[in-house]
Amino acid sequence: MLTESSGNYSWQRPHLIKNKNKRKIIYLLVLAYLIFTFISLRVDPQRILLGLSRSQKYFGDFLRPDFISRWDSIVDGILESLTMTYVATVFGIIISIPFAFGAAENISPKPIYYFSRAVIVISRSFQEVVIAIFFVVVIGFGPMAGVLTLTFSSIGFLAKLLAEEIEDIDWTQVEAVKATGASWPQLMTYSILPQILPRFIGLSVYRLDINFRASAVIGVVGAGGIGTTLNAAFDRYEFDSASAILIVMIAIVLLGELFSSFIRTKIK
Amino acid sequence: MSKKDYDWQLKGTRRILKEILFWTAGIWLFIYCWNIISARTIWPFVYDGAEQGSKLLMRMFPPNWPYFIDLLRPIWDTITIATLGTLAAVLFSLFVAFLAAENTSPHSLLRQLALLIIVTSRSVSSLIWAIILVIILGPGVLAGIIAISLRSVGFVSKLLYESIEEIDKKQVEAVKATGSSKFSTLIYSVVPQVFPSFVGTAVYRWDINIRESTVVGLVGAGGIGLQLNEAILGLKWPDAIIIFMMILSLVLFSELFSAKIRKVLI
Repeated sequence: MLTESSGNYSWQRPHLIKNKNKRKIIYLLVLAYLIFTFISLRVDPQRILLGLSRSQKYFGDFLRPDFISRWDSIVDGILESLTMTYVATVFGIIISIPFAFGAAENISPKPIYYFSRAVIVISRSFQEVVIAIFFVVVIGFGPMAGVLTLTFSSIGFLAKLLAEEIEDIDWTQVEAVKATGASWPQLMTYSILPQILPRFIGLSVYRLDINFRASAVIGVVGAGGIGTTLNAAFDRYEFDSASAILIVMIAIVLLGELFSSFIRTKIK
Repeated sequence: MSKKDYDWQLKGTRRILKEILFWTAGIWLFIYCWNIISARTIWPFVYDGAEQGSKLLMRMFPPNWPYFIDLLRPIWDTITIATLGTLAAVLFSLFVAFLAAENTSPHSLLRQLALLIIVTSRSVSSLIWAIILVIILGPGVLAGIIAISLRSVGFVSKLLYESIEEIDKKQVEAVKATGSSKFSTLIYSVVPQVFPSFVGTAVYRWDINIRESTVVGLVGAGGIGLQLNEAILGLKWPDAIIIFMMILSLVLFSELFSAKIRKVLI
């Protein structure tokens, strides 16, 4: 290599896909897909221009958040969202534990494993809003539909991630406890639980955070919480109130984030 | 010596007391919240729920199979919204993450701005962005794409800037020592270190966005949500079950696809 003149040899960063032909085909396919999607967009420039000219007023309203005129309903909505979030997260945690153990391949018998996995897949596949529509139709408007929605989607999330954690545990500890002649409940509490507990607490706090954010959306379809207030503000074109609601929400999410990072550092 | 002296305890007394306090507070809060919700619930409707739910499921059968053909276009739109939305978000979040990471940010004021963008984007869900954008841009796929990307920017940037902050400084110094400019230091020392986690994050977000883009249609921002809304408002349950099945298979497909890509790339 050293004998070669420096002009002939220049270093290049390695490519993502090694095979030259394969790389070309993949890039071409991606390009073709992107071009095709752009063609299929059907954008109406006139409508956008119309909207943009009207939206100047909306933007103005957005920059002048009005906390006062709807303050009572904002507080009420936020409180409802927070209560929904807390109740649903507690329910979600309690129900997700058996599913998590059922969905862990290393400790669960096959039929239970497949059943738990099916529940997890269904719970995770549908966005909260879709589930909320279903529950609103079944039990009517209000925070209870929201609680059921958030509980249902928490189950899939918590059970899946917890099951993965159980699958990753150190099996030698389990064998050590087993060797003392421990019964099945003792085996769980003294060998499996200590290994997954820190992660489980972290996940629960994280889910609390997600549930609060979700509680703001499911209100749009009538499942209670701040989303109902927000949707009402949008329907009345009260963008100043809507902007106030969004600011309050962002502040609460920020507080929640500080709280959850505080808890997570404490566990570690 | 009595047997009791040898009893092993997992936790100290102080810790047990603290835990009892924690649990009492937690349970009290739960009861308090539950009472608020219970007061706002019309219980007869809830008792009736199981019957209503099963009736509703019965009405879904037999499914309206031919409706499947009408859904191909909305499904295509849903995938487009997720893909282009993720792509736009990824491109934008490159800048935001670079500004937000403590070790690459040019100025602390810019860093605060980037962090504010991240928090705002993460706190407001894509459906709410979609409501705002439909008012401005009119109903259609474009509003959905922008809504999805506005929501994703925060997520992708957050994970990316965290991984930029965790890079190995020695490699940066080594490249710097060759006398390279600021820009090429970034390209040759920071980028290769964060690239795998970045691609992983992008693909993961695309997977989440497929789920999200199924609902932005509810407020008119394109995709299958529009059909779902129509089916439910029109009480066309045999159509609704087809939509549910389409969403389920789309999400499963995207999950398999993203898992496969992540395996190949990382």
